Amino acid sequence: MHSSVYLLLLLVVPLAGALAAALVRKTEGRSYVVGVATAAIEMVLALLVAILYNDHVKNAQTWDFATRHVLSVPLGLAYDVALDGISLFMVVLTALVLLLALLGGRDKRREPAFVGWLLLLTSFTMGSFLSHDVLEFFIFFELTLVPSYFIIAGWGGAQRAKAALKFFIYTFAGSAFLFIGIIYLGFLNQHNTQGALTFSYSALSSTSMSHGTAVWLFIAFAIAFAVKSPIWPLHTWSPISYAEAPTGGSIELSAVLAKLGSYGLLRFAVGLFPLALSTMRPILLTLAVIGILYGSLVACATPDLKRLVAYSSLAQMGFITLGIMAGSKIAMVGAVLLMFNHGVITIGFFLIIGFLEQRRGTITIKDMTGLQGPAPVFAALFTVVMLASIGLPGLSGFVSEYLILIGTFGTHAWWGGVATVGVLAAAVYLLWVYQRVFQGKATGANAEIKDASSKERWVLVPVIALIIVLGVFPKPVLDRITPSVQQLIHHVAPAGANK
Amino acid sequence: MTSTILIPSIHYLAILPVLIFFGASLGLLLMSALVKDKVTINWATGITVVASIATLVVAYFQWRCVANTGPSTTVAHAVVLDGFAVVGTAVIAASVLLSALVGHDWAKRERIAGADFHILALASSAGALLMVQANDLIVIFLGLEILSIGLYVLVGFDRHRDSSAEASLKYFLLGGFASAIFIYGAALVYGATGSTNLSSIAYFLGSNEVLRPGLLYAGGALLLIGFAFKIAAVPFHLWSPDVYEGAPTPVTGVMASIVKVGAFGALLRVLISALGTQLDTWRPILFVLVVLTCVVGASVALVQRNVKRLLAYSSINQAGFMLLGVWSGSARGVASTLFYLMTYAPVVIATFAIVTLVGGTGDELHSIDHYKGLARRQPWLGGSLAILLLSQLGAPLTVGFYAKYTVLAATVDSGGGALALIAILSAAIAAVFYLRWVLTLYADDDLEGTRVVVPLFTGKVIAVGAIVTVLFGIWPGPLVTWAQHATLLFLP
Repeated sequence: MHSSVYLLLLLVVPLAGALAAALVRKTEGRSYVVGVATAAIEMVLALLVAILYNDHVKNAQTWDFATRHVLSVPLGLAYDVALDGISLFMVVLTALVLLLALLGGRDKRREPAFVGWLLLLTSFTMGSFLSHDVLEFFIFFELTLVPSYFIIAGWGGAQRAKAALKFFIYTFAGSAFLFIGIIYLGFLNQHNTQGALTFSYSALSSTSMSHGTAVWLFIAFAIAFAVKSPIWPLHTWSPISYAEAPTGGSIELSAVLAKLGSYGLLRFAVGLFPLALSTMRPILLTLAVIGILYGSLVACATPDLKRLVAYSSLAQMGFITLGIMAGSKIAMVGAVLLMFNHGVITIGFFLIIGFLEQRRGTITIKDMTGLQGPAPVFAALFTVVMLASIGLPGLSGFVSEYLILIGTFGTHAWWGGVATVGVLAAAVYLLWVYQRVFQGKATGANAEIKDASSKERWVLVPVIALIIVLGVFPKPVLDRITPSVQQLIHHVAPAGANK
Repeated sequence: MTSTILIPSIHYLAILPVLIFFGASLGLLLMSALVKDKVTINWATGITVVASIATLVVAYFQWRCVANTGPSTTVAHAVVLDGFAVVGTAVIAASVLLSALVGHDWAKRERIAGADFHILALASSAGALLMVQANDLIVIFLGLEILSIGLYVLVGFDRHRDSSAEASLKYFLLGGFASAIFIYGAALVYGATGSTNLSSIAYFLGSNEVLRPGLLYAGGALLLIGFAFKIAAVPFHLWSPDVYEGAPTPVTGVMASIVKVGAFGALLRVLISALGTQLDTWRPILFVLVVLTCVVGASVALVQRNVKRLLAYSSINQAGFMLLGVWSGSARGVASTLFYLMTYAPVVIATFAIVTLVGGTGDELHSIDHYKGLARRQPWLGGSLAILLLSQLGAPLTVGFYAKYTVLAATVDSGGGALALIAILSAAIAAVFYLRWVLTLYADDDLEGTRVVVPLFTGKVIAVGAIVTVLFGIWPGPLVTWAQHATLLFLP
């Protein structure tokens, strides 16, 4: 059995699950069981891949499980999958998000469709992370829009239609630039090599081009990924989409789909156009820092919990962008780690917010007060997630933010210095919201709410466990990320930049 | 001196499709004249279906002939038999087949007896067939007129609605102008080059210095205007929303598919084959045309509440994309436009089939509100429409994505990165109204609405459209390769 079968299974299992969920739609609750079972299989597969991953397969650099089949020569279309230390943890995160979104964000309205869309979304997201071909990546990247759109539009809050449309159009318009950039790059490579049209990542990453071309292509790619991440100032779709989406949708959007943006920036924009970095680095670092400060500032003033997480995500994505663009190995490792950690942390946030919303029927901050009296377990769980997000030593967020800031100080001290303010600001808005929601005296409906049920506690166990384990012992993860980042850095800047 | 008329040698296989369609049309006409009241709609549909299938079979033999012996001309070089013409023929025949079935159910619902609809549709399609294999400006003009005259009547076919007659008159007047402009352009080109034959024009322009370039440019521009009118390119599109809205819905489907195939086939031949040497002259004009067509089509559609007007603007936007392949002026470009046409035709016919059904008896329920919750009440029908709309939007896993991809690739390959970007951004604007429609389909506030009756044939046509969309959306290789081969056999 070829090792690439694992990756094919990662793609196909959710598809099969979606089909099965559609077939059993007549019996109530059956599709949910199918969905959870599929998610469990997917999780096992992802963990298996993470354990089996080998970072020095012969002749494949740090890529493992690789295979390539050309599907159409005139189109340059290929099925080309591979996994390295960077995409590995995105795959694990995708599987984890599916499982927890289903377990913690169950939505009984038209359940078969909801489960089906979530499974399809997972398959497409997996495809994006596994693609080792730029056109294939783009196809999966675009495909993720369709299920996300239907999830927001079908199960969202009062303004769901507006939110879904805004989400789709922003991302679609952003990826228009990416699409043209990809086609241009493909033909550039074809004209250079005089061979067949190909979009293979390994072939395109050695395309020779002028500095100007590299800058333009980098910009085209970066626009799409900046919308997706989101990076300030292209973030304006995200607060309404996060807030209006159902719990499962918010988790998918912020924990995984946003990572498609930063992953794309790292893998494709940086990886394919190293020449452009000297020009683009100061610009993107500045945007990242603005995003950190702006996100933190608005998070202080925002009226509801989901928007708060949306703006805090904007700040966190700023840190990730900072790490990707800083040009230091340590910062880049930190960025990849933060992509995973931020995913886990936002799962925690949105699950707890979802549970509270079920009880109180609102996510407005001023409607809630003193919840730690009637719901001490929620308060405790929220505290852990919050402290991880603030970056308390011993919890996962600290390790990644520390690596990013250390690396950035080495190469771009000024930006690193300003970004540090963002760490403080995170403490301000999160502790303040904790004060307003959980402390004080609960009255009226707030005094009546029930504490976390045992099922809700169990759903949050993996989140808390990951936050603590990766805070104390991140070595196994770092060991897998570092060789791939090392290789990318080596490709981008053959000499130096090894701080 | 005795003068004799020289009959040119005729390769009958090449003109067999036109003969079949004309024959079927005339046969039906004679039958309904002779055996009055006895030629039922069933007979008419049956004969149309048989004629279409026969043409598809002929196209298969034509393809083998071209593959073995290469492209050739016949009837004094006025008609071409090449890969491009064969694929065009096959697409038109398949479109007629699908449209005839939709028209059949529609005629039954509207209690239209007789074979008139099918006679006119067959005659019009014969014109389209002639256009895709014409190698002479006069033959193109003939095809254009045959195509148009049948359509003028078809548009006004619904005698119960004033808007139908109004649309017919509008289409006739503006179409007449466009034809006049076209033939005037042909005359000027003849004046400049000494021939109306496309190959001769190309040869002349390739080997001579043009003495009066102004004459040639004016002629070329007038030809382009004639085509732009037929494909509804902005700013020659003003007729199309009114005519799409007024015409009986199955006829609108014919206009959006068969007319486009015929007109684009001839346009490609004129610009690429005959005026290929003048690429640098017509490209800037086409650039402006593409930008306007894409952007205006997508933007104006945003404010439409009537789905037929909406689809009119949507098809203007799609025509902009097809023009991209023409703009690129390369073999890749021709192949991409051909691929776009091949995939757009079944999608748009199936879309209008659904619009026909929702329109109800009298063909008047065309507000977008009538689609509220359709996919909730009838998941298959509504789901198919959602897939068809997503394909027109260009979402991956539908064939529309690859259609857009191929034309954009051809454009970028020919150095039109900026143009490609404008076009794809217009698709992002267009996404708004497609998605709004999809969202309406899945709205859950009107679950008690009336069920739409889906007759047998129309149901099959919709299924074919949806299957084509998804099947070739997953597996586009064969169709793309076919389009590419067809273009390799394109007569230079």
